[in-house]
Amino acid sequence: MVGIVTYGSYIPRYRIKVEEIARVWGEDPEDIKNGLYIYSKSVPGPDEDTATISVEALRNAMARKRPIGVGAVYVGSESHPYAVKPTATIVAEAAGLAPEVTAADYEFACKAGTAAMQTVMGMVKSGMIREGVAIGADTSQGAPGDALEFSAAAGGTAFVIGNENVIAEIKATYSITTDTPDFWRREGQDYPRHGGRFTGEPAYFRHVLDTSRKIMEIMKTKPEDYTYAVFHQPNGKFPSRAAKILGFKESQIKQGLIVPYIGNTYSGSMITGLSAILDISKPGDRILAVSFGSGAGSDAFHIEITNEMENFRRENAPAVWNQIERAKYIDYAYYAKFKKKIKMGE
Amino acid sequence: MTIPRFWREFEHRYRLVGTKCPSCGRVYFPPRDVCPYCHRESVGKMKKYELKPTGKIYSYTVVHQDVPDFKFIKPYIMVLVEMDDGPKITGQLTDIEPEEVKIGMPVKAVFRRIREESASGIIEYGYKFVPL
Repeated sequence: MVGIVTYGSYIPRYRIKVEEIARVWGEDPEDIKNGLYIYSKSVPGPDEDTATISVEALRNAMARKRPIGVGAVYVGSESHPYAVKPTATIVAEAAGLAPEVTAADYEFACKAGTAAMQTVMGMVKSGMIREGVAIGADTSQGAPGDALEFSAAAGGTAFVIGNENVIAEIKATYSITTDTPDFWRREGQDYPRHGGRFTGEPAYFRHVLDTSRKIMEIMKTKPEDYTYAVFHQPNGKFPSRAAKILGFKESQIKQGLIVPYIGNTYSGSMITGLSAILDISKPGDRILAVSFGSGAGSDAFHIEITNEMENFRRENAPAVWNQIERAKYIDYAYYAKFKKKIKMGE
Repeated sequence: MTIPRFWREFEHRYRLVGTKCPSCGRVYFPPRDVCPYCHRESVGKMKKYELKPTGKIYSYTVVHQDVPDFKFIKPYIMVLVEMDDGPKITGQLTDIEPEEVKIGMPVKAVFRRIREESASGIIEYGYKFVPL
């Protein structure tokens, strides 16, 4: 049985409201809130980055259950602090897992975290390692005044995946990958670019709907067979619409839909929603978890909670919704300073 | 800080690894090779010890001086934290405004960026404290 042995998330404390960004750029905040279904987003502090978020998420996971044999550390992100020097080296060292681990960084827009999960699953299943760490974390970028600035946020989640003392069995995973130019950032560029409305139908919906339908076909399940479902959350509207098209009810997606309050945490997005679901799930619960990464691809997971969840110390680390509520709101000037958007002198 | 020195200090800067005297049980941070109480008894016997990340503020000060490395966090708060394991540790307190800080406040060590050498240089990570 391969699955999640422990998990932990980290969301920075700072937030900026849609009204504040809209005020600076002359937008109507009600239009944004209705159009994107986002009210505020998380902002990394000036001393936070993908490495610090990854370490805090992993420490929260390790506080819940101490891993017994980690042989791999993979960190998925599109905002690694170094272009060359893996975030995974810093994370492995700070978590006390170095040096006897293999480690690397992943990048696949918003689904690098689930790509890391699949790699670790394969390594555990093959017997190459006993346990492995898969992290998805980001401090994503949105150009000033661009629509992405309302959603590009920060946060991350870490999973230890193994085949002993598993709290959530991953019974199946299925992926789709295509060359779809919906969103990209060229080497050396500060901000990404996107294809506007092109990011919807041919990118997000095609991939997310196809992987969701296929994994339900493989598992011979229907939407009503799942206790919860969580989809990648670039905004609140896309996952809500995808869920509705597939036939899921609002009650199945509510617990994992965190984007209206913290924005899109990119590689940390869907998996932090999954983490929020694990915070309340019970043995026997079934979860459909589907990521999406621009470029583009989607990974779907069929997960079932095991009896081991009864012995699991969830209370040893803060729950996702508790972290969401622990908010400190800042204005655009502080946001610009924290995100280093201000051009400094010599 | 030079790269070799920063690298040598990873264990205690990243994970609060100090030392414990096997003779009297006292914990030291930063690590010490000899226990100042047990002297010769402890030589060659000091054990590595990872401190619990929690403690409370023993004292603090707010620094308004223009330190180039800390321009983006000015004014910054320096705290002396009495760790639950005993040692008193100096570090920055983050995610809080100066007027919210109180002596005796429970805090927790977290992993943060401390400074960077330059835009192309090495990033130095280490512990800071946040309110619990």
